[in-house]
Amino acid sequence: MITNDRLELAHWVVKSAKAEGASDIAVNISNSRSVEMEYRDGQLDVVKESTENSLNISLYVEGKYSGHSTNDLRQDSVGKFVRDAVAMTKYLSVDKFRKLPDPKYYRGMVETELDLIDDRYDSIRSEERVAMVKELQELTSGQSDKIISSTAGYYDNISESIKVHSNGFEGVSEGTSFSYGVEVTLDDGKGGRPSDWNYATTRHLSDMEAPANMSKKVVESALAKLGQEKIESGVYEMVIHNRAATQPIYALYSPLTGRSIQQKRSFLDGKLGEKLFSEKLTVIDDPFIKRGLGSRHYDGEGMATRKRTIIEKGVVKEFLIDNYYGNKLGVEPTGGSVSNVSFEYGDKSLDELIKQVTKGILVTNFIGGNSNGTTGDYSWGLVGMYIENGKIVKPVYEMNISGNLIDLWANLVECGNDPYKYSSFRRPSLYFKDVQFSGL
Amino acid sequence: MAEITRRKFVTIGAAGLALATIPAIFRFNPAMALTPMLDEHSVLEEYYSHFGVNQEIIRKIMGAALEKGGDYCDLFFQHNISSYVALEDDIVNRAYTNVDFGVGIRVIKGDQTGYSFTEEVTTESMIKAAKTAASIAKGVSSGEIANLGFHPTPDYYPIQTKWEDVSIDKRIPAIQQINKVMHDADNRVIKTNTSISDDSTYILVATSDGRIVCDYQPMVQIAGSCTAEQNGQRESNGFNLCGRHGIDFVSPESLDRIGTESVRRTVNLFDAVKPDAGEMPVVLAAGSSGILLHEAIGHGMEADFNRKNTSIFSTKIGKPVAEKFVNIVDNGTNPGVRGTINIDDEGNDSQKTYLVRDGILESYLHDRISAKFYNVKPTGSGRRQSFRYPPLPRMRNTYMTDGPHSYEEIIKSVKKGIFVEQFTNGQVNIGAGDYTFYVKAGNLIEDGKITKPIKDINLIGNGPDSLSKVTMVANDMKMAEGGWTCGKNGQGVPVSMGLPTIKVSSITVGGVS
Repeated sequence: MITNDRLELAHWVVKSAKAEGASDIAVNISNSRSVEMEYRDGQLDVVKESTENSLNISLYVEGKYSGHSTNDLRQDSVGKFVRDAVAMTKYLSVDKFRKLPDPKYYRGMVETELDLIDDRYDSIRSEERVAMVKELQELTSGQSDKIISSTAGYYDNISESIKVHSNGFEGVSEGTSFSYGVEVTLDDGKGGRPSDWNYATTRHLSDMEAPANMSKKVVESALAKLGQEKIESGVYEMVIHNRAATQPIYALYSPLTGRSIQQKRSFLDGKLGEKLFSEKLTVIDDPFIKRGLGSRHYDGEGMATRKRTIIEKGVVKEFLIDNYYGNKLGVEPTGGSVSNVSFEYGDKSLDELIKQVTKGILVTNFIGGNSNGTTGDYSWGLVGMYIENGKIVKPVYEMNISGNLIDLWANLVECGNDPYKYSSFRRPSLYFKDVQFSGL
Repeated sequence: MAEITRRKFVTIGAAGLALATIPAIFRFNPAMALTPMLDEHSVLEEYYSHFGVNQEIIRKIMGAALEKGGDYCDLFFQHNISSYVALEDDIVNRAYTNVDFGVGIRVIKGDQTGYSFTEEVTTESMIKAAKTAASIAKGVSSGEIANLGFHPTPDYYPIQTKWEDVSIDKRIPAIQQINKVMHDADNRVIKTNTSISDDSTYILVATSDGRIVCDYQPMVQIAGSCTAEQNGQRESNGFNLCGRHGIDFVSPESLDRIGTESVRRTVNLFDAVKPDAGEMPVVLAAGSSGILLHEAIGHGMEADFNRKNTSIFSTKIGKPVAEKFVNIVDNGTNPGVRGTINIDDEGNDSQKTYLVRDGILESYLHDRISAKFYNVKPTGSGRRQSFRYPPLPRMRNTYMTDGPHSYEEIIKSVKKGIFVEQFTNGQVNIGAGDYTFYVKAGNLIEDGKITKPIKDINLIGNGPDSLSKVTMVANDMKMAEGGWTCGKNGQGVPVSMGLPTIKVSSITVGGVS
């Protein structure tokens, strides 16, 4: 099927659902092709190719709501799928808050070019992909005789998503993405096999991090872990490497959503406009970054996106409210999800942040842990480096940090100048004071 | 995103938004019924007809898969129908269903894997996918494809009515009942959510060494959660029951228990404190505390990591790793349990595998590739998320069997430590061995007695180290009752775990000092 066929199918689904008794319907049809390779210790380990299709519908029938998906896009199957879905919806309770977005939210889309497709995609040959993983794995394995095993991976994808709503929305979005990375495992000589990984994701292959760079970094960070130990529990300063900094940021995501606010599962409920966090924390949702991994003109509900500030100098300015929970809360929807998340960055590099630390820990990876969105309590495991008087002293592991997210973010001293560019979460390295660590 | 990072984790309640069929959204043969009364031949014919194939077509696809000289190939046909119905703000106001159908084709050359899948089960599409997978090999076809022989399986999860034949109006009263129980239980409850999710999965696996198997795999999860408020303080928590069962799993007793437990676990948190930070003895309650085993040893015993030399357990087979009274198994045959499988996703028999017997490390968990590498029999551990993925060695139900101590003795033996009972997620670094799991609820132990509740703390330790520190094991082994999903290399599979009450003499607790 090509784009026009899918659009035609989407409109046919709208028509069929209405004929079956649906008052409204949102249809999404997506198609995705991908290739994946792994190259381990001198030979190709896995090659995988795939094409996927899916049809998703959200149905509004007699004031009732349900959602359905299938990967069988043949027209006669789809006909039965829609018929059964509408029939099932009638069993549910009426929910007056469920409706498609008011078409006014579809309008005003910013028509900026996002450059999300790498035109080279279809001309990339299998041999090129193999050459890429081979090069990265070989560059990595040659760097230290402590390496037991290394695996390089490559993944590319081209996808298209079509969205049609019965109250007037129609959109097509497309994109390519490329991921490339390597994992390395070392022998520490004492029975332990510390490992590390490094990978990058981009929209265009030409923006990919160079394999020489990537392999050098991964081996350095793995070697730095040799001799890792646990240190005394206590209150320390903390620097989080930008690679790992998603953990404390992501913990704010669910509490910011309309669903959490309305369902009373958010420690941020009632706190809009209050200064809760350090004034060094400014979080921006920016859908219009060229080649951005989260860039988009409209969101999952068809609502036009805009650049917005979620947290400004420590003050929560805006919750992430979708159409349904907006109706339930009696407020305007603001958009229930984020696109690219960026920050107000500082002026220091990671190394410069580390130089400011008197007694602290550089977190290079988080491992496990969780947070409680209702209360803001968090507790996460970590791996990192002990810092004394601005210098890295030794590697640490098997430690936790614990506390409350409000205190943590109130203690943010500054953000680094180093947005992580291989993700839609463009977080910088972060420097906090007064963090509770548990170890020995 | 392909999981190049290879994180291994487990998480609870991930039944998710995948969903089902209530007037049966069924593609081929809605009347298909696989009862024990059918003879083997009829069972296979039903599955052939379900997937629109026969032996001749399958052998033709295999011919294409091996045309470049692959050593082996298999075809994995899968049809999954899932449903999720939920209550929020006191009404049953949402339902989601999902239908997923396709075939995955895998070719192995040495220990290299070529993989492709198609969602269109036509001979033409399957041959195209087979040729793609074939390209992992670079030679010429090695000859004839064997005749396929049907391999029967035991049934560890017999059910009366398949989930796609259960009407939605049988599910709705169940989740309304849990809601009522929660509101009646405590007037501090201000918000409730309840849901029921279920799955019907049909698989047909054909291997080029001549085996053909089929299986019907049901799953159901019933869940409640709530938020309660007291003096302006809010807490949320929940409870769920899950397993490979039919609609009879939805009994008045289980609905009552889900409602009551959800509320009890929530209001308990009002009085919860944080323990001290640092190392201390940890007593793990019988049941879902088996998450310790899943993270501390289970992943490290998956043979792919050992074959690649990247597990901390790579050199420890046959060596003592724990006290003599410690026995740990990974079992795919516990009736009705979430991680149970009649057959694995490569067509190998499910079994009970000893990871640790009498304190000695005994066996890895093998898939086909690793079993061949180590020249041992497969352990029936080759599992996959769906037809979109090649199989990997995975856990099923991982638990420790009973030991010589009692719960009372264990609690009494701890002067200052914690008792942990409810968990949300865990993770492990396979090579370094550091693992974590997150404690949603538990208690302090002070002077040999259970005292104040605790909440929201992470525990972190080292797998082999913690195993060697299991100093007491009680005789009250219990399996986890909730729905756990294990993630590895981007693939989620249903698992369970279990534990008697045990004491680990020291783990680092994420408390506050």
